[in-house]
Amino acid sequence: MSDVNTRISDLVTSNDVVLFMKGTPLFPQCGFSSRAVAILDHCGVAYESVDVLQDMEIRQGIKSFSDWPTIPQLYVKGEFVGGSDIMMEMFEAGELKALLDESGVKMA
Amino acid sequence: MPMTAREIEDAILAALPGAVVELTDLAGDDDHWAATVTAPQFAGLSRVAQHKLVYAALGGRMGGVLHALQVTTVVPK
Repeated sequence: MSDVNTRISDLVTSNDVVLFMKGTPLFPQCGFSSRAVAILDHCGVAYESVDVLQDMEIRQGIKSFSDWPTIPQLYVKGEFVGGSDIMMEMFEAGELKALLDESGVKMA
Repeated sequence: MPMTAREIEDAILAALPGAVVELTDLAGDDDHWAATVTAPQFAGLSRVAQHKLVYAALGGRMGGVLHALQVTTVVPK
């Protein structure tokens, strides 16, 4: 497995909830990333964020890792959940909170 | 060159016959679109799989030429 895939795999397996995003939760650099942060904050879960703008290798590597063309990307217990749109659809349907509860992830 | 509404709709309809595509220009710049796609092909698929069908229909332009496309997928009742 390539070095970047190993790095990504370590990140998503060593943290319950990981959000790959542009910028940081405090200073999101893109509307979609900002929306993803707002959704996670609303769910009240603890999460690790990875600023892909600081790491070009991860920025490209994450897209092939998940076979998903855009950022942000959410992972729960090592599983790719979706981007900003899917997070919104799931959140509005109550599915995201249910997934997070079922996964027993830590709260913020 | 960003895609026009027409090009986005045509590309999705070509790949997903029978779909209904509703497009909203979020920023008036032909570059930030919201697309609600209702398609029978989505039945039984996960949300990720549904969205991947739409992205595949756009032939890899997602995240590239098409900077920001907000996608909502709907399975027809």
